[in-house]
This record gives sequence, C-alpha cells and structure tokens, in this order.
Amino acid sequence: MIYNLPYIAVVALILIGLFAVIFKRNLIKIVIGITLIESGVNLFLITLAYRQDSTAPIYHGTGSGLMSLPVPHALTLTSIVIGVAVLALMLSLVVYIYRHYGTLDARKIGREEE
Amino acid sequence: MNEILDGLLTHSPALIVAIPLLGAFLTPLISRVNDKLRNIFVIFIVALTGFFVFLLANDIFSNGSIHTYVFGGGSPLTDGGFAIRILFEVDGMNAFMAIIASILAFVGVIYSWSFMKEHTGQDKYYTLILLMIAGMFGMILTGDMFNFFVFLEITSISSCALIAFYTNKGKAVDAGFKYIVISAIGALFVLFAIGILYSQYNALNMAVLANNITYGFLDKIALVLLIAGLAMKAGIVPMHMWLPDAYGRAPSSVTLILVGATQASLYGIFRMVFSVYGKTIGNINASAVDTIMNVNSIGWILILLAVLTMLIGVLMALKQYDLKRLIAFAALAEIGYMLLGLGVRLASKFSGEFEVTGAGSTTTMTQVQFQGFSSAALTGSVFHIMNDALDIGLLFLVAGAIYLATKETNLNKLGGLARNMKYTTVFFLIGLLAVSGMPPMNGFASKLIIYESAYQINPIVGIIAIVCSILLLAVFVKVFHSVFLGPKIPRLKDVKEVPKSMLIAMGIIALIIILIGLFPNFVIENIVQPATDAIVNYSSYIGGVIP
Repeated sequence: MIYNLPYIAVVALILIGLFAVIFKRNLIKIVIGITLIESGVNLFLITLAYRQDSTAPIYHGTGSGLMSLPVPHALTLTSIVIGVAVLALMLSLVVYIYRHYGTLDARKIGREEE
Repeated sequence: MNEILDGLLTHSPALIVAIPLLGAFLTPLISRVNDKLRNIFVIFIVALTGFFVFLLANDIFSNGSIHTYVFGGGSPLTDGGFAIRILFEVDGMNAFMAIIASILAFVGVIYSWSFMKEHTGQDKYYTLILLMIAGMFGMILTGDMFNFFVFLEITSISSCALIAFYTNKGKAVDAGFKYIVISAIGALFVLFAIGILYSQYNALNMAVLANNITYGFLDKIALVLLIAGLAMKAGIVPMHMWLPDAYGRAPSSVTLILVGATQASLYGIFRMVFSVYGKTIGNINASAVDTIMNVNSIGWILILLAVLTMLIGVLMALKQYDLKRLIAFAALAEIGYMLLGLGVRLASKFSGEFEVTGAGSTTTMTQVQFQGFSSAALTGSVFHIMNDALDIGLLFLVAGAIYLATKETNLNKLGGLARNMKYTTVFFLIGLLAVSGMPPMNGFASKLIIYESAYQINPIVGIIAIVCSILLLAVFVKVFHSVFLGPKIPRLKDVKEVPKSMLIAMGIIALIIILIGLFPNFVIENIVQPATDAIVNYSSYIGGVIP
C-alpha cells in the first residue's frame, strides 16, 4: 500500500486539476487546474523512475549502487520546460482578457456583439 | 551531382524539421533589414522545406521504402539491434501527410504577403508561422513517442499565439485561451499515456513499442488516453468547442496552416491505432479472436463520434451568419468523414472460417479478417485528409480575401461582390463544389468511397453521411447567394479585387483541387494507396527500426 502512495497522489492531482478546469469559472483557477494536471503527470514520470533503495543517476565514483532510471528524469525536465512556456502563454492571454473585459469570469467573456 | 542528391535524401527527414526551425529564429534578424527581404526569406525557407519533402516523398513512393533517420549516429545499440536515440521514421503515410503540410505551408506564406501587409508585428508573425510549420512537420515525421509530444506542444504553443494575433479584439484572445486550455490538457493526456507505455515496455520508440505491445489492461487505458488526447486536438465532438472559435478568429492565413496542424493530430490517431497498437488491432490470425469484440467496440465508438461530429458541424453551420465561423463548422463536419473511415475499418473486424492452404493440404480454420470494404474505407479516409485540407483551406482563404476587401464577415451585410471580385467568386465556387462533394471536384472522389463503405457496415451511417454532404451544399449555396449574388450594396460599391499574392495562393489550391478531381485514380494509385498500405502494414513499420 505504502508503495502505491505516489500513484494515488498522481491520480488525485490529475482529478483535482480536471475538476478545477471543468467546474471553475475563474480563468486563473483554470490555469491553476492545468498546472495541477501537469504536476500530476510529472510526478507520475518521476515515480516510474524510482527503484527501491536507489540513488540519483549521477556517477560519483563510489562503486556501483542501484540507480534510478535516468530517462524519465530527462522527460520530466523537458516536460517542465514546456509546461512553463504554456503557463506563461496562458497567463499573458489572461492579462489580455482582463484588459478587454475587466473580469476573469468565464461566463462574461466573449459574449459581446461585434 | 547524384552523390549530393543522395546525401540530401538521407538527411532530408532531419532537414525538413531543422530548416523551418532555424529559419524561424533568423526571421526577426532579417526583419531588421527590410520587410520585403524577410518575406522573400520566409517563402524561400518554406519552398526549400517543400523541396526536401518532395525529394523524400518521391523516393518513398517510387521505391516503397521506409526511411529511418537516427539522430546522433547509430550507437549505442541494444540487444534488439536498434539504437536508443530519437529517430524519425518516414513511411508512405508520413510522406503523404508531409506533402499536404508543405502545400498548406507554402500557400499560407504566399497568402500572408498581402494579407498581413498592414499589420504591425509581422516579424513575430512570421517567426511563429515558421515555428508552427516546424512543429507540424515534426509531429508528422517523428518515430518517437516523447518527441511526438514535444512537437505537439511546439505546434500548439505557436498556433495559440497566432490565433490570438488580433489582440485588440477580445474574442480572438478568448479563442486563443480556449485553444491553449484544450491543447494543454490533450497533450498532458498524451504524455500520461506515454508514461504508462514506457513503464511497461521500457521504450519510447513507436516501432519498438509496436513490437512489444501485449494489449493488457494498462495498454487499453493508454490507448483511450491517446485517442482522447489527440481527439481533443483534432476537434472531434464533444471536444470541438474550441475549433469554431479558433478557426473563425485567427487570421485566414493562420487558419489554413492550423487546418494542417489539426490533421497532424488526426494523423497521430491513425499512427497510434494502426502502428503502435497494430499487433492487436491490425492483427489477422487465429490467436487474435479474443480481441475482436474490443476492437469492434472502439470502432463503433469512433463511428458514433464521427456521426455526431458531422451532424453537429453541419447543423451548427446552417444557423451561422458569420462567414468564417460558418466555414469553421463545415470544417468540423469534414473531420467527421475522416474519422468515419477509421471507425469503419476497426468495426469491420470479424472472425470466420477460412480455407488456409499450407504444406500441400487445404484446411479450414477460424481466422480473423477485415471485411473487404474496410480497406476502401481507410483509403477514402486517408484521401479525404488531403481533400479536406485543400477544400476547407481554399474557403478560408476566400473568406480572408472578402474580409480584406470589405472589412466585413457578417453575411447579412455582404452582397453583390461577384461584380467586383471575379476571381475570388470563381475560387469560392470551386471550393463550394469541392467541399460539398460534387463531381467533378476532388471532394466527390473521396466522399464516394466513404459513403460506399459506410453504407455496407450500416446503411443508416452511410445515409447520414450523404445527408450531411447535401446539407453542406445547401449551406454554401446560401453563402454564395448572399455574398456574391444579389443587388449591389452601396457601401461595397468601390470594393476592389484582392492583391496578386492572395490570388496566386488561392489559384494554386484551386488548380490542385481541379487536377485531383479530374484524375482521382492517378492520385489514389500513386500516393493514397501506398500511404494506406503503409499505415496498415505495421510489421514493415516495425521492420524499419528493428532489423
């Protein structure tokens, strides 16, 4: 059970994120929801890499202990970088939306006649 | 000379992605010198990419070969004899999609010259356009799951910024935000599925995954996540609400390339279903009997989604009065047709008694097969990818031309434009006939194949497909009448024909549409059929990486 805890956390994070995206009206909260989903997926990748009693996959000359898988770490780093770009873009769009409409309520946005 | 050409051919998969990517970051620098020079530079970059695409496609279609390009050399090798590297694997389907993408990119860039002339921030515009093109080609050519995700994100980030290009309009920014939310969630679903597959098979390479896949419980979850994530990006009902906004609010030249990006996601569904999961879904032998129900139910779910997509797209198009939004809903309906062919293929798997000839004696045994019409369905579906991109693309370009000439997209305020915009009228007429599947345009050729095969799996599905096509015709005849015919509107008295570069761009697409419409068999035999064969034949896809 205790070994499954990270996976339960992954599912919880993704579900909370999806909940926020689907049911929240505030655009900032939607952005937070997406960030939560992203954290969940990143945690999933990191958890996959871990083996019991393993050390970080860095050679430091102290013999050959068990090391965790390096590939998912590389994937996670890439994913984090992409996530930051997406987050920055979303927030800048939110800034523009706020300037136009003076509100962040999704129900009041994009409804005007042209 | 031949040696140089061979060298270029070997490296072309990498160059197709690298040239627009490097060009994108050079564009702001060149923009400092001169606007005209920058436009020429961007067209040159896209044309060069197109040259490599055609070089590669020519080799693949004439020799039937699979090109595998390993980044960073062939070592280290694992036990299986393949390199643990990012690699690009290009077979017929990839080459087919790359041809479509390069045509759309080239036409879009030529169109932009006049269309974006009066806007500020053109250096950023062209940089993003080239990034989007690079991402699109990357998605199409890659043979690595994680690489696919990275290019998916590159495409969605750059196209989102382009959809929200008119930041002075609130609705455009709103459309951009909707798109980035949907595509970020879709991409994260894809990444989650990649994680699940990696955890089981310790590989990220599509061919290696396809070789090892067992279709266990976790694999099924991964398949659902992959299809759902990519369907969000492809705009399939019920995840379609971003599509009319994004297509309708983006500049027309961007919409054209966005159609290509959407179809790259659709290609992703094809690749995942038929190649990565090919051993289960495409497998035809006695041991695969227990997965038939499973594959059939996936197929029927896809058919249901396709029918919903067609119906909702067409019905919503009927009540629109904004020209670009109307075409966007028609584009949604067209996506349904492509998905329909895919669904029919999966739903037509069955088991039966077949005579098997082996070792001198003929025995009857239970085997799994696809119905005969299912390969036609897939051919029609793949062919329709090309036709839809051209038809819908042409209509969007015409809508952009009308907007540029009149600064208006509301159908109620337009009228009598045929007097002043002769060429645009002809191009719209061509697009209208093609998109509603009228002979002799190209849409007819592919839609007929889809109707036939859909009718055979269930008559109701085929009838709905035909009815949707007729409704599309009704929609566009209404548009044609209210925009181009009728009395002259005083306000639009002095409307002029659009500049030459836009006419050239529309002319190129119209010419291709007519040529494909006149010689559909030539296109099917030389390009579409090899692409369909390549996507169905998963074992040769695996063989391209694992010797």
